[in-house]
Amino acid sequence: MDSQDRAIINALQGGFPICDRPYARVAEGLGLSEDELIRRLEALLEAGTLSRFGPMYHAERMGGSLILTAMQVPSEDFERVAEQVNAMPEIAHNYEREHDLNMWFVVATGTPEEAEATLARIEAETGYPVYPMPKLKEYYVGLRLEA
Amino acid sequence: MELNEQDRRLIAEIQGGLPLVPDPFEAVGHAVGMSEDEVIQRLQELLDAGIIKRLGVVVRHHELGYQANAMTVWNVPDDQVDAIARRMAATGLVSLCYRRPRRPGWPYNLFCMIHGKTRDEALNKIDTLWYMCGLKDIPYEVLFSTRRFKQRGARYVMARA
Repeated sequence: MDSQDRAIINALQGGFPICDRPYARVAEGLGLSEDELIRRLEALLEAGTLSRFGPMYHAERMGGSLILTAMQVPSEDFERVAEQVNAMPEIAHNYEREHDLNMWFVVATGTPEEAEATLARIEAETGYPVYPMPKLKEYYVGLRLEA
Repeated sequence: MELNEQDRRLIAEIQGGLPLVPDPFEAVGHAVGMSEDEVIQRLQELLDAGIIKRLGVVVRHHELGYQANAMTVWNVPDDQVDAIARRMAATGLVSLCYRRPRRPGWPYNLFCMIHGKTRDEALNKIDTLWYMCGLKDIPYEVLFSTRRFKQRGARYVMARA
């Protein structure tokens, strides 16, 4: 990743224009050609530096559901449970964290009913209880990291 | 704002990402039976309504060198949550800040995500937050992530899309 990649990431964490030839417009501001910008975005996605390029939806306003969920899994069983949880397409991300509640993942579904079903399935498959911690209020969503 | 069938097709079409072609909105329109202008207009409306929070890139923080991912959880008296959360958000030190329910054995009701290139950097940010926001009587814990298994954008499988 070089300084131009960093400039692209920093610029596109703030938004992307909705117009015709949007890449050309962004590229102009960065002193790149349209082709070069597209090629670099492809490479950053390919390399996994970017997890995605596109819309971030407001799950609840779409009728969907996004639920942070914790589990307490004994260390000897952790790998099995992680495999089972990660295999489900409804799981958006999953982290091991340093705490008694040591597994933290997000369940993302099109409807609240699907979220309930997914949580029930996780309990049934893994044999451990889940602790859903749905957001009650959002104060800040500014996940922007300087590249 | 009510979503119609066409919106659902549009949302489903781009949820995996925008096409990397010179006219991405034309390409999306082609896939869902809309003109480029219609796509542009509707996406702008979805953005204005807050159904799309933003378009752009989502970074993998680890790959950008932010190795320390600290979920910081606070047990804030209910009547102070709004005030404290707004102060935290205004510091620019937190990436995400949400109120969530307490659970038996889990007294924490305010969650902040804090990223740092190192654990020390993240912990320093938490110290600064602690001073700046007047949190000295607020119990908290820092849950560093030790492994990431999965990180992708959420996908909403639209039932009728």
